[in-house]
Amino acid sequence: MQLQYAIKGGDFVNAGKASSAVKRVLKQLGVPSMLIKRVVIALYEAEVNVAAHAFEGQIDIEINSETITMRLSDRGPGIEDIDKAMEAGYSTASREVREMGFGAGMGLPNIKKNSDSFHLESTPGEGTLLVVENRLTEQC
Amino acid sequence: MQVEEIANIIDAKVLTDQPDQALEVEYAFSSDLMSDVLTRYYQDTVLITGLANMQAIRTAEMSDIQVLIIARGKKVDTEMIALAEESDIVLLSCEYSVFRISGILHENGIKAIF
Repeated sequence: MQLQYAIKGGDFVNAGKASSAVKRVLKQLGVPSMLIKRVVIALYEAEVNVAAHAFEGQIDIEINSETITMRLSDRGPGIEDIDKAMEAGYSTASREVREMGFGAGMGLPNIKKNSDSFHLESTPGEGTLLVVENRLTEQC
Repeated sequence: MQVEEIANIIDAKVLTDQPDQALEVEYAFSSDLMSDVLTRYYQDTVLITGLANMQAIRTAEMSDIQVLIIARGKKVDTEMIALAEESDIVLLSCEYSVFRISGILHENGIKAIF
């Protein structure tokens, strides 16, 4: 199964809509609840990141009998220093993002924690690609 | 503890549809930082927050938190109420501070997440 959603930069009213839709699909598919929690938390954090930092983005999800792979690509300022961005507490978020209850430098580490495989690459000035995968066969 | 009882002891208003009678809350977590909320896994939990926006509702939804108390009398708009109902989240509005709500709930047997 393949799912696709668009994310608009700066749109904090609709950020999370895709994660909500994915949560419903995973429930309908009978995916174990602990795995649903991990997948939707990772996706929601990633979706908020795109809304917070990029101009626009896209989510592509592939679900098969073994894995759930989520690919988030965006067009935006990119990440200058990925190692630093992965450090807990480091954030470049705006005041607006912080007022939404985010921007504490916890999102990327939390996405990593909630995924079995995590890949982040970025070209400053162009955009960022995040690919996270969760295995259906592994219980957490 | 049922939602009705929670609303009574903290003098809160239930903003969403009549909650499911079977809904029981055992734990509570208090935070204005949604990133913090998202670092834990929950069940039978009420979230107490002073953050009144759509992302507070979304965070509760993603975290399987079924009851959300908006503290300090922060304004809750109709979009938030609609999203909470759509997400099966019971939304309460309370004039008390986060500290006071947490204290009352704890006194009445609601446990901390950690």
